[in-house]
Amino acid sequence: MANVKVLVAKPGLDGHDRGAKVVARALRDAGFEVIYTGIRLTPEQIAEAALQDDVNVVALSLLSGAHNTLFPKVVELLKAKGMKNVLVIGGGVIPEADIPGLKAAGIKEVFTPGTPTTKVVEFIKANVK
Amino acid sequence: MTDYTKVKAGLATYEAKVAKATAKFPERKKFAVKSVYTPLDIEDFDYNDKLGFPGSYPFTRGVQPTMYRGRLWTMRAYAGFATAEETNARYKYLLQAGQTGLSVAMDLPTQIGLDSDAALSHGEVGKVGVAIDTLDDMEKLFDGIPLDKVSTSMTINGPAAVLLAMYVAVGEKKGVKPEQLRGTIQNDVLKEYIARGTYIFPPRPSMRLVTDTFAYCSKNIPKWNTISVGAYHIREAGASPVQEIAFAFSNAIAYIEGAIKAGQKVDDFAPGISWIFTAGLNLFEEIAKFRAARRLWARLMKERFGATVPKAMMLRFHTHTAGSVLTAQQPLNNAVRVTWQALSAILGGTQSMACCAYDEALALPSEASATLALRTQQMLALESGITDTIDPMAGSYYVEALTDKMEKEAMEYIEKIDKMGGAVAAIEQGYMQGEMAAHAYAYQKGIEDGHITVVGVNKYTDNKALGKQENVVVDMTVAERQIKHTNEIKAKRDQKAVAKALADLKKACEGTENTMPYLIAAVKTYATLGEICGVMKEVFGEYKSSSAF
Repeated sequence: MANVKVLVAKPGLDGHDRGAKVVARALRDAGFEVIYTGIRLTPEQIAEAALQDDVNVVALSLLSGAHNTLFPKVVELLKAKGMKNVLVIGGGVIPEADIPGLKAAGIKEVFTPGTPTTKVVEFIKANVK
Repeated sequence: MTDYTKVKAGLATYEAKVAKATAKFPERKKFAVKSVYTPLDIEDFDYNDKLGFPGSYPFTRGVQPTMYRGRLWTMRAYAGFATAEETNARYKYLLQAGQTGLSVAMDLPTQIGLDSDAALSHGEVGKVGVAIDTLDDMEKLFDGIPLDKVSTSMTINGPAAVLLAMYVAVGEKKGVKPEQLRGTIQNDVLKEYIARGTYIFPPRPSMRLVTDTFAYCSKNIPKWNTISVGAYHIREAGASPVQEIAFAFSNAIAYIEGAIKAGQKVDDFAPGISWIFTAGLNLFEEIAKFRAARRLWARLMKERFGATVPKAMMLRFHTHTAGSVLTAQQPLNNAVRVTWQALSAILGGTQSMACCAYDEALALPSEASATLALRTQQMLALESGITDTIDPMAGSYYVEALTDKMEKEAMEYIEKIDKMGGAVAAIEQGYMQGEMAAHAYAYQKGIEDGHITVVGVNKYTDNKALGKQENVVVDMTVAERQIKHTNEIKAKRDQKAVAKALADLKKACEGTENTMPYLIAAVKTYATLGEICGVMKEVFGEYKSSSAF
């Protein structure tokens, strides 16, 4: 999977990036090429970074509760930039009730606290285009 | 008297027997500690040097002579969401439920010095805490709450000085004098760069704001804890327990050196230093951590900084139970985890505590889960008997040996950071960040290879008994209401007074004067948090995030 490029991104103002960094390391160890954005990015900045780096996967992490606003916005902007095949996944403190809505908005899978990183790796391998 | 020769011989016999038996259980090899501790592990133990008495140097047994036999720790619940009115209602509920202090959670725009209508605030208003734009929000937040009786802890760092200024102004309006106010601002910016992420300005001007609050409070608000040094966040972001002590101590050393450089005296400002620690899952390790930290800090303050008043040597701390170890799977399990985490903090001698609610890995706590978190503390305090005597773990061969070991290892880390040029330099070089990320990754790997067990996650994962969760939902109308309200306040304030106060503040930031009086003057004009921090950004600049992992 050396040719798969993943952008691990932190939209919004949330500074909790332990999970994002752990996932970034795990994806790198699984053989993906990984770029981490650092914290506090707007959806516009994330979509632009995805375009510039020509990534296959965008992995969004958010623990502040703003996911319903910011995750779909990233998907929308990626589409607007013509990146229709990018696999977008999300993780963080996400209430179960919000997951169907996020999936409908184009977030292919949502991973909550306690998820093994291997599950994220497998999901990307099975779903990346 | 113990015959040590006999103990040695007995231990040798025991170990031989055990070695044979444990050979049958290869999976038990993972334990880092010995199977049994004896007097040999604390052979050179000098009671007077290492422990002493509660309330006396080196404070290993606790900072107060009477500890919980006098007064129980302050029981708090970290709470705040949506608007000031909604959070005020939750505070009144919690106080009526027996909570003894408030712990204010502010939303991320507030923590980063942005107004609710800023572009970056979109989606975040009122989510992880209450939205504060102007003094008016702060007045509503504390409406009907007696600030001369309740102590208030505010988790605020980048703009801590501004929120403290607002609190002082609210007190004044209620007829409560600054010297009557009790509480804490977190105000620990250094850990924001390495762990929590709500920084605004670069490290060096941020340090100046911190020392400004030290100087202002030691003169005007003597009962206020001017800083709550965050060991908690460092650990939560991935550090080990020893690193939790060491990195937080190194940050505190940097603040102390900064204040001394600014001409302040250790005995004047150090009594205002308080701490926030986590309580993790390993019960004895956590108890030992608290005791080791207390002793090491007392020695550092006395020996390195020449403190002479006891309060300047005391490590007084708030404990928040660890949020990062809570699981979204089988959330009720978290209530049990929280109970023994809280137990470790009590046995470790905490001054104040907030327990996580069991549903925090899923969403904002509901009223029911927040109440259970408070009840957990009350039951431990009043039913379990663990508060009957002070420092009951003292003298345990294991706990004392572990306390010694953690103190020693933490000091080795501190010396390493000293050699790098102190905390600011170590942070600038990415040293602490790297150590924490590596430890966090190793911990996660441990869970995934089964070396570390998490019930409900990698063992006993049958989730059938799990019920539906009821969570607090902060909808988008909160942001609309908040923005509308702030616009109304802005429309009716004295614009000239705002402009003048902001100009005066800017001048103070450019010079070397203490910024606190200017901040108090500015908040009183109902200048917004975003306007105030905007002026400071013009002078101090902004810090940019790192993308290393």
